Amino acid sequence: MKSIKIRTKLMEGNTQIRMLISHPMEHGRREHEVTGEIIPMKYIQELTVKHNDEIIVNTQLGAGISKDPYFSFMLKGGDVGDNIQVTWKDNLGNMDSLVQKIK
Amino acid sequence: MSTDRRIFLKKTIAITGGGLLFSQAADAEWLSSLFTKGSVSKSLKRSFKNNKISDSNKIDLKIPTIAENGTVVPLTVTSHLENTEQIYIFVEKNPVPLIAIFNLSPRVEALVSARIKMAETSEVIIVVKAQSLLYKMQQTVKVTIGGCGG
Repeated sequence: MKSIKIRTKLMEGNTQIRMLISHPMEHGRREHEVTGEIIPMKYIQELTVKHNDEIIVNTQLGAGISKDPYFSFMLKGGDVGDNIQVTWKDNLGNMDSLVQKIK
Repeated sequence: MSTDRRIFLKKTIAITGGGLLFSQAADAEWLSSLFTKGSVSKSLKRSFKNNKISDSNKIDLKIPTIAENGTVVPLTVTSHLENTEQIYIFVEKNPVPLIAIFNLSPRVEALVSARIKMAETSEVIIVVKAQSLLYKMQQTVKVTIGGCGG
């Protein structure tokens, strides 16, 4: 199952792009509830948003972003049928990407 | 101009930041060094060296003044500074003060929303880079349940 959900909304000539990513965003200082062991760091370090293959937002993130990260950006313009792509990569090298058309 | 020199110049511009969008992504190691533990003043210095950061009233931060749950604090930053290139979020009292760096192309509005963790009551500091200059604003957020567990 994809870890990324994208929602787009045309607003007065602009396009609101919202995304929700399923990821634990562990900062490496938390103890396991049962075993008491430290849960190792696992967090998204980079997130990129493209509009029709052009990078519009590139972010560097730390583990201070909440679990299951949510972001919202506002594209100038944008039209029904345009592609929006969201890609993330975490500190362990895991990554995921999703392309969705503006509806 | 020789090809080598051209490549060198390109690299130099990328390393010094030169106002080039996304240039910092070229140096992943340097970037991860920004997201390390320490005081917020050290964190700001790592990110911006000794460059001047001016206070600005052209940055809006929408964030709850009291956050009941520090694990999820929603915020929206809007910059009214022309040619906003980057938005940085810092939480003063978090073990790792730097939360995120947003590199924005001219194709998007200078507007970002996110959800952040706050360990305790703290200043939230926003730094905006616009036309290669740095601006900041900050606001106190009171946290009633800390975000260290989350």
